[in-house]
Amino acid sequence: MTAANGTSVSIQDLSLNFGVISVLQTLNLDVAEGEFIVLLGPSGCGKSTLLNCIAGLLDISEGRIFIKGKNVTWEEPKDRGIGMVFQSYALYPQMTVEKNLSFGLRVAGIPKDEIGKRIARAAEILQIEPLLQRKPAALSGGQRQRVAIGRALVRDVDVFLFDEPLSNLDAKLRAELRVEIKLLHRKLQNTMIYVTHDQIEAMTLADRIAVMKGGVIQQLDAPQTIYNRPVNRFVAGFLGSPAMNFIDGHLENADGGWRFVADALKIPLGTYDFAGPPVAGPVSFGIRPEHVSLNSGTGWPFSTDAKVEVVEPMGSDTLVWLKLAQQNFSVRVTSERTPKNDEAVTLGFDPMRASLFDTATGTRI
Amino acid sequence: MSMANTTVQTSTAAGARQDVTEPYGPKPRRMFSRRNIFLYGTLIVVALYYLLPLYVMVVTSLKGMPEIRLGNIFSPPLEITFEPWVKAWATACTGLNCDGLSRGFWNSVRITVPSVLLSIAIASVNGYALANWRFKGADTFFVILIVGAFIPYQVMIYPIVIILREIGLYGSLSGLVIVHSIFGMPILTLLFRNYFSSMPEELFRAARVDGAGFWGIFLRIMLPMSLPIFVVAIILQVTGIWNDFLFGVVYTRPDTYPMTVQLNNIVNSVQGVKEYNVNMAATILTGLVPLIVYFISGKLFVRGIAAGAVKG
Amino acid sequence: MFPALRMQGRERTALTQPADEMSKSERPNPLFRNLNAKVASIPMILTAMVVFVGGTVWTVLYSFTNSKLLPRLNFVGLDQYYRLWATPRWLISIENLLIYGVISLVFSLVIGFLLAALLDQKIRFEDTFRTIFLYPFALSFIVTGLVWQWLLNPDFGIQHVVRDLGWTSFSFDPLYNSSIVIYGISIAALWQGTGLIMCLMLAGLRGIDEDIWKAARVDGIPMWKTYLFIVIPMMRPVFITTLVIIASGIVKVYDLVVAQTSGGPGIASEVPAKYVYDYMFFAQNLGQGFAASTMMLLSVAIVIVPWAYLEFGRRK
Repeated sequence: MTAANGTSVSIQDLSLNFGVISVLQTLNLDVAEGEFIVLLGPSGCGKSTLLNCIAGLLDISEGRIFIKGKNVTWEEPKDRGIGMVFQSYALYPQMTVEKNLSFGLRVAGIPKDEIGKRIARAAEILQIEPLLQRKPAALSGGQRQRVAIGRALVRDVDVFLFDEPLSNLDAKLRAELRVEIKLLHRKLQNTMIYVTHDQIEAMTLADRIAVMKGGVIQQLDAPQTIYNRPVNRFVAGFLGSPAMNFIDGHLENADGGWRFVADALKIPLGTYDFAGPPVAGPVSFGIRPEHVSLNSGTGWPFSTDAKVEVVEPMGSDTLVWLKLAQQNFSVRVTSERTPKNDEAVTLGFDPMRASLFDTATGTRI
Repeated sequence: MSMANTTVQTSTAAGARQDVTEPYGPKPRRMFSRRNIFLYGTLIVVALYYLLPLYVMVVTSLKGMPEIRLGNIFSPPLEITFEPWVKAWATACTGLNCDGLSRGFWNSVRITVPSVLLSIAIASVNGYALANWRFKGADTFFVILIVGAFIPYQVMIYPIVIILREIGLYGSLSGLVIVHSIFGMPILTLLFRNYFSSMPEELFRAARVDGAGFWGIFLRIMLPMSLPIFVVAIILQVTGIWNDFLFGVVYTRPDTYPMTVQLNNIVNSVQGVKEYNVNMAATILTGLVPLIVYFISGKLFVRGIAAGAVKG
Repeated sequence: MFPALRMQGRERTALTQPADEMSKSERPNPLFRNLNAKVASIPMILTAMVVFVGGTVWTVLYSFTNSKLLPRLNFVGLDQYYRLWATPRWLISIENLLIYGVISLVFSLVIGFLLAALLDQKIRFEDTFRTIFLYPFALSFIVTGLVWQWLLNPDFGIQHVVRDLGWTSFSFDPLYNSSIVIYGISIAALWQGTGLIMCLMLAGLRGIDEDIWKAARVDGIPMWKTYLFIVIPMMRPVFITTLVIIASGIVKVYDLVVAQTSGGPGIASEVPAKYVYDYMFFAQNLGQGFAASTMMLLSVAIVIVPWAYLEFGRRK
């Protein structure tokens, strides 16, 4: 068996154990040529560990890793054809930016004029030409991160690995550099594997997102698919801010149709797209706050009355909290349509936008 | 472009393992690689060098004098005898006294215990005042104190002799206790000041709002929270004071000599036949207290000396 | 108003006054503000001003007198210093201190760093090795000196053992050979102190960002080059602090010499600290002792002042 053609990075049956602790479990991932993959998950989910395994910075316990069709499982990091960008930038503090960029190349014995060319190109792409003679201490966080990217760039490699590269920056710079990384990817058309715990970074940058938890990839899909059709309750809850509403209840068949029941609340599921043949039993009903509408007529497949408990204005829109079947429920409305506290409202939504999860296993129904 | 390859690879581990020609799993590493042999070889050789003196001390102290004269210092004792230990402890002579190291041991205990308590009491309150109750000029005194830690003791020895003579404590154990408290102050004060400064300031403010004063906050809030730093300070001071030689020899008289001074006098006395086994037994006995502290305290000792060394 | 609210900068005032006094609007005497803290600081103030400043000034002042058995303010200018620098024993002491200093500095830094680098290779039994390398530091210089005096004893120690093995012309008696005695003392000093340096270096190595190592590996930089060109330059502050610690220890060396050789053979292993002690308490020539100790102070100042300036002066 060899790596599938056209894949840039192929991970096969990769496991990693530290003693008895299993960090990554029989993990498979194929990354296409030029694809931007984001590994997303809470801290401790194994996403950085996976990246370090791909880079060859950690020895794996089981499995194989292919890069560009070549089995690199036992290769040193430098021979894998990768460049890596770190969260703490990891710039060599006593060297100028230029020396930082060239150090690895000089050690590798690459001719001087070639080094000069590569640095000039990287500096131009990243617009760091004026900084070349400065030391890292004299750079801002954003500039340092650019230099760190430059160090990967001059290696002239096919695969870029990013280990939470924007976590140390403030929100404004983070947004700026996010766009720059996206532009960089468009310009270079390189394969990029990007680790983050920030869902906005993941949603905006990725061609595909791999949501990880407990050393296992929970879902690997395009951002919109992950957002709209999460495969399990963890993925549903992890993505989205404000978070998805969950109502615990059960699924039952009545009058030839399936419906969700929690106390007096009964939601008909005629429009819901079941993942498999439904079975009656306890389930969680999830729906995102922006998929619910307030006081917008009765044209919805499902609507009900409720009383506003708390209103949280968030600038562009407002989060309205109320109770549904005695459980907290939020609705996102535009600022102009904000109701008052204790106001009686009607909310409506289409169960097509909802997600149903088995209460016991958490998987999508 | 990307969607074409979205399927998660589903091959089984068994399927992959059949392919034995390709690298799979962890990179094979030989246990006896050249790197490991060099690494552990060097460490073991160095460790042996470090352990050698301890070993020689112990075996010498367990041999009789005839065996020492004939054999070599590295060979284990043919006949184990504890007589040198008994003699070192109870009957070895320094000058006119022939009651062994026991006198020095008890002197050292009488010096170390009050010195440790006094110096830590002073320094902890002082560090607390510097961290939380700064007054004008406090930092100036503190800087002088820290700079003073670098002044060679020889510069201050004689003025202290005069001060102690004036207050009638020269040559007494109390005098030496004061000297140890003085010279322990810079590092201990720094240690406590840094520790108390690292505590959340809100805690201090909350106690103030609750109406606690200087001593109330210290005794009821700060002390219970600072056990680790007190342990570090105790380790630092017990080993430091027990191992002191210079102050002992300057500020005490023969009958109040601490253990180190007495040990040196026993071993380096010019009179009589040299009893190397007794000397080594005496040397071990003197080193025993700090060694026990070291082996029991482990990582805290490292923390203590690192704090003491880096900052002092 | 409440004095507590009148905090200036980080200064805090104590709530020492009873409530009825606080209601009065008159300002409390500043001397009694924060009184408890001032009382608690009395030992520090006394130590700093009387012992450290006072004692140093006193000693420097009396180094210009011809005090013999008792300190007397009979000024003789720089006489004591002229005499000091004309005394062979002092010159030998200084020479010994320099040799001992260079050896201590170079070897403890190099060995300490190498050991730390070895221990930093994610080895097994790291704690055991560290415990072994550091235990001599728990021992006093007296104990250290006496053990090594025994090991280096030509009639029983290493020389004797090697000769017994058949190499009868083998000679290794540094403590009894006046031309190399200071090197013999240095062996013991290194045995005692290198563990500490190793610990400091190890702490420094552990303080290096893990990502730096990873970046160097991705860049394909060999380990020794990573140490030499990246890690060691990054550890500059640790090296400087270590340097200061070693240097201030060098000047203080006294017990080790007393225990190992008592300054012998002859005066071949004398050191300045011993010179001071002997002139103050045996030779009853206080003026010489004061002058010698002032010279020691000067040498420390030469090391410490530039360091303190670099370390603290730049921050302001």
